[in-house]
Amino acid sequence: MTYAIEVIDVTKRYGNLRALAGVSLTVAPGEFFGLLGPNGAGKTTLISILAGLTRASSGAARIMGHDVTGAYREARRALGVVPQELVFDPFFTVREALTIQSGYFGLRDNRAWIDEVIENLDLGDKADVNMRALSGGMKRRVLVAQALVHKPPVIVLDEPTAGVDVELRQALWRFIRRLNRDGHTIVLTTHYLEEAEALCGRVAMLKQGRIVALDRTENLLRLHSGCYVELRLGGDLPRQLESLVAERREDGAIRLALPDYAEVEGVMAALREAGVHVQEMEIMQPDLEEVFVQIMQKS
Amino acid sequence: MSGFYTLFYKEWLRFWKVSVQTVLAPVLTALLYLLVFGHALRGRIDVFPGVDYTTFLIPGLAMMSVLQNAFANASSSLMQSKMTGNIVFVLLPPLSHREFFLAYLLAAMARGVVVGAGVLLAAMWFADLPVAHPLWVLMFGVAGCAVMAALGIVAGIYSDKIDQLAAFTNFIILPLTFLSGVFYSIRSLPPFWQGASHLNPVFYMIDGFRYGFFGVADTSPWLSLAIVAASFIALSLLTLGLLKSGYKLRH
Repeated sequence: MTYAIEVIDVTKRYGNLRALAGVSLTVAPGEFFGLLGPNGAGKTTLISILAGLTRASSGAARIMGHDVTGAYREARRALGVVPQELVFDPFFTVREALTIQSGYFGLRDNRAWIDEVIENLDLGDKADVNMRALSGGMKRRVLVAQALVHKPPVIVLDEPTAGVDVELRQALWRFIRRLNRDGHTIVLTTHYLEEAEALCGRVAMLKQGRIVALDRTENLLRLHSGCYVELRLGGDLPRQLESLVAERREDGAIRLALPDYAEVEGVMAALREAGVHVQEMEIMQPDLEEVFVQIMQKS
Repeated sequence: MSGFYTLFYKEWLRFWKVSVQTVLAPVLTALLYLLVFGHALRGRIDVFPGVDYTTFLIPGLAMMSVLQNAFANASSSLMQSKMTGNIVFVLLPPLSHREFFLAYLLAAMARGVVVGAGVLLAAMWFADLPVAHPLWVLMFGVAGCAVMAALGIVAGIYSDKIDQLAAFTNFIILPLTFLSGVFYSIRSLPPFWQGASHLNPVFYMIDGFRYGFFGVADTSPWLSLAIVAASFIALSLLTLGLLKSGYKLRH
């Protein structure tokens, strides 16, 4: 099988700094994949290596089976990257920027697709406006459009929603989801973990240049901590439940972390036995953010 | 459109869209030099026999503008792209290092030629300029552009900040062009400075270019051509090597 992305034992050193310490992962065609990690974990370095913007110190990386250095032309044709920095060329209008970007990929008559991308990203009004005159959100849309001009099968978005308003964020995800449904492989880095949880089928978590978790999103959610029970009680928490306390909030609410749903039964029984009246109770699923925090603390 | 052609066209548009600053301004500067130096130094400097000083000055000034602008185009475009980060737009597509090199080189040469043609056209109002060997004029014009464009690419790759590029321009390009015999024939210099001038590759570009107009030169035009060609080949190999290795671009 040809992977959309294949990373084999990639390392990257900048002098004494080790940005990547042997990363291996594969992404299958059509996946929506999340690359998560704190700042400085190596996400952008890994993306830069895939894009040919940085060269790996050792190891190999392939896009749709093409080595990013040996067969860089094929690899780069198969990849669209939305960079994290809000960069633009102040000499051109939106349409000029897109036409030029398309030309770099050797595409001649690409007007129809450029129009479609412009429309889908709501850039129609701004198509003939100079890049300098656009707001940050609009510049971000153009960056996405520039990554898509050559219809790459693999699309990498490096924190595309950082500092972006809600409306654009939703419009952007609608469009990206559609591209994913049409068969494009999507790789996403973000610090908004609810976004990753909602969108990504599979997630890799990076810390200090290493992968510390790599699994389907639902497995990660299941694997770590069964559920949370948030209680507001009429009396003191029975002593045998003390070990389950994850958090005591100032407003008096107590949060218990249960390794399993079945434990809810035991909690209820203990409360009944102690004669403690339950004023409020809520059972909550752990979200990806909690899983992320746990994994980062453990590793 | 091929990737190479698009990059060339983009670089062309980049200076053409601001041609008041990138073409008109250097032409005006050259004309001011011509007026001031032509007036102040007329009759004080020995040039070629039978050649009026202002006439002598024109090819040198034209070539100086050509060289400085070819250098400025490649170096400032690259450095600005690196500083603003939009260099990624040309690093992400499947362009080879040769295409990258040629596109930046040719666009910089185009600006050099346009500025040079502008200076010559405007200067024709001031003097009757003979053209003894038009082919030599063309050849040295183009070859000089190519050398400085390649040097501009190297400077653009190397410089991360405006002051680094300014140092390159002020401490290398400016002295080399000013001390190359633009304003005088090096035969008028003391022997030591004549010898020193022969070590300056820009001298051969100016001298060969001038030979095309007057049919006389301080040194053989063939020697000049050989030195200019050798400089171009050496700089091209260096630039291609830097681009292939990804030095300061794909780090």
